Amino acid sequence: MTINTLAKGGWHRDQMACFRKMEKVIVAMQDPDMGMKMRNQRLLITVIPHAMTGRDVINWLMQKYNMCEEEALHLGGMLVRYGYIYPLKEPRSLVLRADESPYRFQTPYFWTSTRWPATELDYAIYLAKKNIRKQGELMEYEKERYSVLHKRINHTWDFVVMQAREQLRASKQRRKADRIVLECQEQAYWLINRPPPGAYNILDMGLERPNNFSTRVTLNSDYYKREIEFCRRALGRNRVKSSICLEGFVKYSEQYLSHDPIMQGCLPSNPWISDDTAHWTMNTEVVPIPSRLRVERWSFSFMELLNDAMGRREFMTYLEKEFSAENLCFWQACEDIRHGENSRIVEKVEEVYKNFLAPGAARWVNIDSKTMDKTLKGIQHPHRFVMDDAQMHIYFLMKKDSFPRYLKSDLYKNMLAKAIVPQEVKKSVFPFMRRQRHSSPSPAQAVAQASEEEGRA
Amino acid sequence: MACQGLQKGETLASLKTESDGLKKKLEVERGKLNDVELHQVAEKTEVLGALSIKTRRVLKGHGAKVLCMDWCKDKRRLVSSSQDGKVIVWDAFTLNKMLTSSGDGTCALWDVESGQLLQSFHGHTADVLSLDLAPSETGNTFVSGGCDRKANVWDMRSGQNIQSFESHESDINCVKYYPSGDAFASASDDATCRFYDLRADREVAVYQKDSIVFGASTVDFSLSGRLLFAGYNDYTINAWDVLKGNRVSILFGHENRVSRVKLSPDGTAICSASWDNTLRIWA
Repeated sequence: MTINTLAKGGWHRDQMACFRKMEKVIVAMQDPDMGMKMRNQRLLITVIPHAMTGRDVINWLMQKYNMCEEEALHLGGMLVRYGYIYPLKEPRSLVLRADESPYRFQTPYFWTSTRWPATELDYAIYLAKKNIRKQGELMEYEKERYSVLHKRINHTWDFVVMQAREQLRASKQRRKADRIVLECQEQAYWLINRPPPGAYNILDMGLERPNNFSTRVTLNSDYYKREIEFCRRALGRNRVKSSICLEGFVKYSEQYLSHDPIMQGCLPSNPWISDDTAHWTMNTEVVPIPSRLRVERWSFSFMELLNDAMGRREFMTYLEKEFSAENLCFWQACEDIRHGENSRIVEKVEEVYKNFLAPGAARWVNIDSKTMDKTLKGIQHPHRFVMDDAQMHIYFLMKKDSFPRYLKSDLYKNMLAKAIVPQEVKKSVFPFMRRQRHSSPSPAQAVAQASEEEGRA
Repeated sequence: MACQGLQKGETLASLKTESDGLKKKLEVERGKLNDVELHQVAEKTEVLGALSIKTRRVLKGHGAKVLCMDWCKDKRRLVSSSQDGKVIVWDAFTLNKMLTSSGDGTCALWDVESGQLLQSFHGHTADVLSLDLAPSETGNTFVSGGCDRKANVWDMRSGQNIQSFESHESDINCVKYYPSGDAFASASDDATCRFYDLRADREVAVYQKDSIVFGASTVDFSLSGRLLFAGYNDYTINAWDVLKGNRVSILFGHENRVSRVKLSPDGTAICSASWDNTLRIWA
């Protein structure tokens, strides 16, 4: 693994947010009143003060954040992975164990965020110290890195060795317990900032984001004038009262609740849970008889009807009876232009003009004169959005007029009446093995509950 | 864009003052119609019961971080791309890999996509990390989020920045429209997700907890828009009640950052992609 010297600025911002938050948790954990109770921990023959068990950490998190054990173990585990808490036994394994394993808080001096980024020089001094202490018995990967560093920063090597010797001398004068603690702290820091090869690199931040606000944007008069212009336009905007908008969201979720498989399950069963693909078979794009939920959904909005291939086909049939099918055909042709290949736009626009807009066209659509004039003018220089105004006009015409009448028509009502409501499938492989059918109570259950309530009321 | 220069009587300082003043005025205007909070309106809705969402499939096959995925219209196939340079099309139901191809690194794909789409959209002052197209009748707008902490709504045809929201405290990693198109959600490195109402023109909810410490990288709504699934850098997915604002469920399973969550086209499952080289299907 190459020794990383991360660019300045780039990752500083990204990292700081979650580090600051973790540090808040850590500080709270050490609060004299509300924090954790720590005790001395015996490590072989030495007594290490201010230690706690993994179980202590989990219990404290569960209590403080009112969370379940799984989540507490997870959050505590992250604190260990990022080096805020380190294990005293098995120090190379940075995991939180939910038992009596002893842990300690890392000193802020060795927080990753404090000494960011970890420097080559510091790492060299650390390895040099270890090398001297262990008389050359470093781990293989440490030996490799040591020699790479030795080559790379050879010019400061005297300084490195001198520092290493000095730090070792100072530490010999400490009590044994303090010395062990310091060694553990330092080791934990380097396990994170220079992970062994193959080990998980917690500080991997992925793709870089060279965001330097100040260099990207010059705060000149142009910038401020644009901001001012934007604000002026925004101030003139029509806003809607919150009570109205927010009510809209409540209504929308209520309306779609029974259509949301994750919320209410789906019939006959959710294929991902039951391994039965019947639900998909029954709901392919074109089926002989659609499901009731599907046909109901066509009535939610004009867009829902048009978004469903079967719905669109049914609507077309209806319009044909009303002799206004050209509207839907026109709309579809315009969609094709908007979403189609660049290379065919000109040809398609010509087709649309010929079929729908030209005087005496076979399927002439009724557009107001203003829109027609604008469109005809635009056609002379065709582009992807040239039909937008005309398309919108016809869309809203259908929405306001034909759509509501379609919903009241026999065609729709019959479709709804003969639509399928699939039976909930409760097949079990073995009698004693009940598989979970739904993420939430099944729709069949919900109906049963509702009628129960009705009975009671 | 050519520099207009200062007019008579203007200084850079006076322009800055005017700009700041207008921004404050805009915030006041936005606040005027704020007569009720979302969770208050949601009080009459039922409390959501515990969801039992579990991993139903694990898709293994990538050799490195999975950065991006999307579902195919047939509701069971999906395509994923990874830092290993491969794009794989899976039948997620049977776990079969249908197609694999080596191609450009994901980094390049991703950049080219956003770069191309946004060439003529001026308004973000830093990298744009995500965009989403509006599911509206007129279908001409999209929302983008980026490293400048702003979420911007754009008109595709005119290139104009229609609305802008700046309430996150850090990079916005992902933006996604609410199914009706009247709102959108964002996920940010500040460990929160937020909900913005386009008609009210303001942020209406913040999804956060003291115990959620790591950035949110991705969001998607359930079909009814009642649930918001968010993937985080602490390897978890949190499911939020969009209306009431509380967290309903936490999904464990991934062993590294979650880079993308996406609802299947028929709403039956959520797919998550992760830096642990796998994808998971949850239902």
